[in-house]
Amino acid sequence: MTATDLLGADAAVTVIEARDLRRTFKSRGGDVEAVAGVDLTVRAGEIFGFLGPNGAGKTTTLRMLATLPPPSGGEATVAGYDLRRQPDKVRENIGYVGQRGGTDAQVSSRSELVLQGRLYGMAKAQAQERAAELLAVLELEDAADRQAGTYSGGQRRRLDIGIGLMHRPRLLFLDEPTTGLDPQSRARLWVEVRRLAGAGTTVFLTTHYLEEADALCDRLAIIDHGRVVVEGSPDELKRQVAGDLVVLGVDGDAEAAMRLLQAQDFTREATLDEGTVRLYVDRGEAAMPAILRLLDSAGLPLQTIALSRPSLDDVFLRQTGKSLRETAP
Amino acid sequence: MKLLRDTWLVYLRYLGLFIRNPAWVAIGVLQPVLYLILFAPLLKSISASPGFPRGGAYNVFVPGLLIQLGLFGAAGVGFSLISELRYGVVERLRVTPVSRLALLLGRALRDIMSLLIQSLILILLSLPFGLNIHLGGLLVMLALIALIGLFMASISYACALWLKSEDSFAPLIFTATLPVLLLSGVLLPLTLASEWLRRVAAANPLSYAVDAARAIFNDHMGDASVTKGVAIMAVLAVGAVAIAARNFGRAVS
Repeated sequence: MTATDLLGADAAVTVIEARDLRRTFKSRGGDVEAVAGVDLTVRAGEIFGFLGPNGAGKTTTLRMLATLPPPSGGEATVAGYDLRRQPDKVRENIGYVGQRGGTDAQVSSRSELVLQGRLYGMAKAQAQERAAELLAVLELEDAADRQAGTYSGGQRRRLDIGIGLMHRPRLLFLDEPTTGLDPQSRARLWVEVRRLAGAGTTVFLTTHYLEEADALCDRLAIIDHGRVVVEGSPDELKRQVAGDLVVLGVDGDAEAAMRLLQAQDFTREATLDEGTVRLYVDRGEAAMPAILRLLDSAGLPLQTIALSRPSLDDVFLRQTGKSLRETAP
Repeated sequence: MKLLRDTWLVYLRYLGLFIRNPAWVAIGVLQPVLYLILFAPLLKSISASPGFPRGGAYNVFVPGLLIQLGLFGAAGVGFSLISELRYGVVERLRVTPVSRLALLLGRALRDIMSLLIQSLILILLSLPFGLNIHLGGLLVMLALIALIGLFMASISYACALWLKSEDSFAPLIFTATLPVLLLSGVLLPLTLASEWLRRVAAANPLSYAVDAARAIFNDHMGDASVTKGVAIMAVLAVGAVAIAARNFGRAVS
């Protein structure tokens, strides 16, 4: 038992616990298993990402956890309630922002927010107050009474998220929240999601953007063909792949440099290519000072040094045998 | 209680959309008005022929037009639902604790309201042509139209949720409605029809609604056909509501 287990009891509260979750649907060619036994644990307050190519089963899993299609098999507890037996209780405690949003072009954001709040049982005044609060936070005040059809993509998406947050859910589901957004809107949305998590809301999102999963998520699961292939923090996952890569440009006897570094404990593998030494090491940031010291004392002058870390794509490649960049649209 | 509140909230959403675009009332009433002006005068000349019901051409024709308005006016409401499915509105509402029945009833209530406004406009426009109706008859007639609207709107929503695409929804709903309409004696009374056509029409529940409507406009409120027509439409409406509400509760992919 570690100190975090003892001290950080709150951090260990699970918000989603899924075991062997399955979803099969019928098609002309027979039964298709869209989700083929997913196990998941999502803890309170974290941003949990579901990364995978299109058709991997991420959206189906998210929608199942949000009470939409009933699972064909398996068990799940969401926000403290059993998904199969108490879907109404689950609904009261979650917010859901679907891939397609949730508003049509003719409504204004204020009216949609108020309606949403009232559907969760809020009194009119209470819903109006909360709507005004969210419109301010999401910077939609100027557009609040205009039809949503006149909004920019980013504004529309912020409205969708506002709708999901109206009743202050403990857990928010975001299905591909930034797909189709321009880079600025995407960056703004990331800030918003981080702020939410900072305020204690657990966020469960799906994405097929590697950068997004890497930059935004505390932990993530990579899903392919309806199964979770690996789960962990982005750093943990990347470390599992091959370690970090340190590329050294040596002025002089590169071979001597390689032999010297190859003998060190932190080196997993070293290669030499025309004056360039490539070192695979466990933790690049810790190895670099040692490398500098060693070469300096051996009198081998260094021209350049660069550290590159494996990307989530490398993780994906290793786990599934294909690159996510190739499979993404 | 929760059902009533939820229905009211859903109704308010669609009422808001309706108020933003009230032109639909005018468009909806245009077709029956064209019948009134361009077709009803033809009936004057045949209203004296044997088999034509008593009461004058307009008191025979306008009740039929009202039933037609109820049927066709509500048949197309599923189109807006298909576009909402595409925008994710239905999905979003289904994740809230809102009653599934309220998702249907709130919408249907708005559709019925729109139908009743159109019906009143049509009745008012028919008065100069010699239509007669008193208040009691008017209220029963509006109730009958509301039931037809509820029935047809529920069917339309159920089909929209089932098909999820305008391309298959449009042919289905209009192909299915046309024979129902023709076999109900809406345009010309079935008393003019041959024996076999009358037998087929007897199997069409809507023909009882038309009979009821004509009896109401002929000041035969106590006629058994009125109770029969209203009762048949009420049973059909309840059945259609049950089917459509179940579809709202089901998974929408």
